[in-house]
Amino acid sequence: MSGLKELKNRIGSVKSTQKITKAKQMVAAAKLRRAQEAAEASKPYASRMANVVANLTASMGEGAGGPKLLAGSGDDKVHLLVVMTAERGLCGGFNANTAKAARLKIEELKAAGKEVKIITVGKKGREVLKHAYSDMFIDHVDLSDAKDKFTPFAIGLGHDLTKRFEDGEFDVATLVFSEFKNVLTQTPVAKQLIPAEAPDDAETIDLGGAIYAYEPSEPEILEALLPRYLNTQILSAMLENAAGEQAASMTAMDNATRNAGELIDSLTLQYNRARQAQITKELIEIISGAEAL
Amino acid sequence: MADKLHFSLVSPARELFSGDVDHVIAPGSDGEFGVLVNHAPFMTTLKNGVVRVEDNGETTMRLFVRGGFADVTPAGLTILAEEAVNLDSVSVESVQKEYDEAHRALLAEGKDGNVALEEQVAYLEDLKAALVN
Repeated sequence: MSGLKELKNRIGSVKSTQKITKAKQMVAAAKLRRAQEAAEASKPYASRMANVVANLTASMGEGAGGPKLLAGSGDDKVHLLVVMTAERGLCGGFNANTAKAARLKIEELKAAGKEVKIITVGKKGREVLKHAYSDMFIDHVDLSDAKDKFTPFAIGLGHDLTKRFEDGEFDVATLVFSEFKNVLTQTPVAKQLIPAEAPDDAETIDLGGAIYAYEPSEPEILEALLPRYLNTQILSAMLENAAGEQAASMTAMDNATRNAGELIDSLTLQYNRARQAQITKELIEIISGAEAL
Repeated sequence: MADKLHFSLVSPARELFSGDVDHVIAPGSDGEFGVLVNHAPFMTTLKNGVVRVEDNGETTMRLFVRGGFADVTPAGLTILAEEAVNLDSVSVESVQKEYDEAHRALLAEGKDGNVALEEQVAYLEDLKAALVN
């Protein structure tokens, strides 16, 4: 009898777990739509900004100096990694994958004899990297209050990075985050922030032989543009990360719901078999008792 | 459409406008400038101010931008604004409310309050002035 009751309890608890994962999946789906829209909406700005930077840097020419954010500090001894993960778990391998990519990058840099510093964005990545690299941590950005408004955080982090760079705290800054390809695929990528790199896929505009006029001067524009370009890159990474987190969470919860369903099925089968066996046993007892009379 | 200017205005949050128009007047940091079709390549920073879009001799849209860049290429005019609102979509009251809040927050911060807040107040002040006119 006790076996039956235990089975029944287990079925009940798996069922309530399934309810929770199902609810979480639906919440993630709803949030994903919003996050995805936000990420998409920021794309035109980011890509145009990238084009403008690409055009400007192309016309500046190589080695022309320019602002430090573009030219770099002339060294690459100290590397700063900005590792961007989610604030919450329950999203499958999302955080683990980004952390793994960060770890690979750190080991690679260490092997090359560079000094590595880390700024973490989002709690989960910090937890994972804490064990091995806590001595490299220099700062942490907490996004748990951000809700869907990442702009102030992106600008804050951008300012912070610029300041640290100007103070000579690092030579190269790289951002590690999850690129949102689609709902099923998020790939961790490393993107160099400082010195600024114009994307390879930027469209170059054919000016038809005309020469750009700048107002005020070209260096001044570049000076104003680069910090914003930095902020934009951080912001779009945050938005993509947020969308990726929800997508990963949705997929993970979908799997969990399905697994719970399978578990319930097999447990129910087991329960029914045990019940049937017990009934049969009781019948045999009654019949053999009657025969004995 | 060869005699129309392709104009798009994007902010980090979204693309506010994209389409073909006759004439756009924007607040450059060295002074207001107008762009017609086939303008020479030109790039400038912007200050807080109103971008006016004209079509068939009439002002069809007024957008308030908070700093940014204007980039004129043979393909058209692109304005990258830090923040932008369509003046038709906001009311004086709501801006006034926001302004009051930001102003109070700034006062609460004391004399050497943060720069971001000061900028926010200046922006809202400019926006308010643009709305009244």
